[in-house]
Amino acid sequence: MKTLFKILIVFFLSSSPLRAETFALLSEYNFFQNIKGQVPNKGVIPYHIANPLFSDYTYKFRFVSMPDDSMASYNHEQVFDFPIGTTIIKTFAYPVDDRNLKKGFQLLETRLLIHKKEGWIPVSYIWNDNQTDAEREFIGKTIETSWVDKNGVSQNVRYRVPNINQCKSCHQLNKVIKPIGPKGRNMNVDFLYEEGKKNQLEYWEFNELLTNLPKKKISKPAIWDNELFSVPERARAYLDSNCAHCHRKGGSAGNSGFYLSLEQADGVALGIRKRPVAAGRGSGGMAYVIDPGKPEDSILLYRMASTDPGIMMPELSRSLNHKEALPLIYDWIKEIE
Amino acid sequence: MKSYFLNIFVLNFLIFINFTGFLFANPIQPGPLSYEEIQKAMILSKPGDVIELGEGIFEFEDGLSLDIDNVIISGEGINKTILSFKNQKSGAEGLMITSNGVILKDFAVEDTIGDAIVVKGANGISFIRVRTEWTGGPKESNGAYGFYPVQSTDVLIDGCVAIGASDAGIYVGQSERIKVLNSIARYNVAGIEIENSFYAEVIGNISEHNTGGILVFDLPDLPQQGGHHILVENNIVRNNDTENFAPEGNIVGNTPNGTGIMVMANQFVEIKNNEIKDNATAGILIASYQDEAEDKNYNPIASNIFIHGNSLNNNGFNVDKVRASPISEVINGKAPDIIWDGVVPFIEWIGFRNSSRIILGDNYSDSSTPIFANLKLMTKFLISSLHKVDTNYENYRGELKPIRPVIFEKD
Repeated sequence: MKTLFKILIVFFLSSSPLRAETFALLSEYNFFQNIKGQVPNKGVIPYHIANPLFSDYTYKFRFVSMPDDSMASYNHEQVFDFPIGTTIIKTFAYPVDDRNLKKGFQLLETRLLIHKKEGWIPVSYIWNDNQTDAEREFIGKTIETSWVDKNGVSQNVRYRVPNINQCKSCHQLNKVIKPIGPKGRNMNVDFLYEEGKKNQLEYWEFNELLTNLPKKKISKPAIWDNELFSVPERARAYLDSNCAHCHRKGGSAGNSGFYLSLEQADGVALGIRKRPVAAGRGSGGMAYVIDPGKPEDSILLYRMASTDPGIMMPELSRSLNHKEALPLIYDWIKEIE
Repeated sequence: MKSYFLNIFVLNFLIFINFTGFLFANPIQPGPLSYEEIQKAMILSKPGDVIELGEGIFEFEDGLSLDIDNVIISGEGINKTILSFKNQKSGAEGLMITSNGVILKDFAVEDTIGDAIVVKGANGISFIRVRTEWTGGPKESNGAYGFYPVQSTDVLIDGCVAIGASDAGIYVGQSERIKVLNSIARYNVAGIEIENSFYAEVIGNISEHNTGGILVFDLPDLPQQGGHHILVENNIVRNNDTENFAPEGNIVGNTPNGTGIMVMANQFVEIKNNEIKDNATAGILIASYQDEAEDKNYNPIASNIFIHGNSLNNNGFNVDKVRASPISEVINGKAPDIIWDGVVPFIEWIGFRNSSRIILGDNYSDSSTPIFANLKLMTKFLISSLHKVDTNYENYRGELKPIRPVIFEKD
């Protein structure tokens, strides 16, 4: 009996590489000293990024775990080169009450990107009802839940945990899976560590987590919701982090010829007087992706302001409108000549 | 301890057969858990696995996706295994495929909120006896594309049916080596559309009751453009009589009501031995891209279009005055069977250069020789007083080398 059991287990594991390479429970990785409170163990570094992806108003707790005595290598426009054995950890959560975070969070899922010799492997863990641990799930899940927003209004949401293919769809570049967030320019912000507030790049360098940091001063990234920056700077920063992982050459929307990364120069490829190609009813009856000076006639804003899955952009990670970002994109298009 | 082991054993055994999916989990039957079962199979299968789908209606609220090479998804029949997305709540399409060498056969995808089946960046994709349909008839709110392989190579669409797409029923974009064979397209804006693609065969299909039957387009500002070597042979293109219902803004929204075969831009297109009849605007329409394009690498003008052996009857009897105004403005009454807009580069128009644009072989009509017209729109635009439509068939008679059959890389 035992032998048969073992044979089956071996067969079972070998039948699915995904299972063999990841743990069934989040706790098995030992990333946290307090998993429910998302308090990391020593050596698991919390961080945040300048311009996060909007994901239905979830809060995100980000960490990176690198093998002992190893370092990431700095890239400004691209994601750091992380050593093999790195895991990037991101927990999605709703606050019970966004006016008072002390009331705690409902943890939804924790996504990992694990850097193996063969490449990065995405896997997601869904939190149990008691919030004591999270369990691996490859096929995604729908979580119907609610939270109280900043205005004290209770909001319902049909939150989708992505399946592994959906993970890949945003994280792939020319069919190779990569992290998106921790680019040099996105990491050049302060973080409140246990030891106090510090610039992340300086902290990483000081703690020997990062190499190849340029000697010269690194420019501060524009923050999409910081009005110290200009409208175009803020809008481009927002579009870069919310759209460009797909809307770039080699990305999942590469076929559109519509590219939104920060490095993209103005012109048709940025959507200015660009005709819709395969948008279907996503065009909303409009002639251009961006009609300069006319946000109300621009497909870009129309699709960002829709919650119809056949129209809305981004296609994944969003079921609600990002009300705070829409006026920014409106103002930006209004300013374009 | 013993019962613990037994439980684990039973549990793992169940999971095992569920994931590897070849005992009772295959074929997957319609039911409340079928979405999870199919999506799980599409994630945990190995290259070469067959995912079998049973007979009946599968009802899904979310899109499905597959990213494993050489998987076969096989139903019980084009009208027997139905994946219905009538209540779709997430996912921009019904089925998304991003891996190589996948074969889809014998099932239908209905009523998706966006496109029905999207295939991106695949080296090898086969659709065999698959149907995509919006069951409420032609409506602007239908998804854009039924079959939508893009940036792919070795694309085979054989024995398929596409109904009700608000853009194109069968659409192949920015791809290379394509065969669309023995398929039926009805009640779409475009029945079959080959766009910005290289080396395609469209053979033996029936395209009817669309706005336009078969379109061969090339558009600017896309990663792959300069479409060429497209063979359109032995198709029946008739009764394309559905009023254009594409959401405004889309390029296909410019397709005139009642277009048989239309070529826009592109080079080396052979239109051969088709039966083209009862299309209100035109049997065959060759046009240039009309919008201004800043793209310097884009060639908006068609060349080396070889038209021969077609039978053309009862076309052009009611020209779409809105979308085909260049035709209705210069032609009174019934339009010719074959129409070219006559747009050429300026240097060619003044006669300093000559190149092969439209070449006519013998074409047939029940009553007489089909009528051809060069609308000479360049002249109309530049010196309208000298403008005259050229209907002298013999001025365009000639021959081009036949387009060679498409050979897939793996063949």
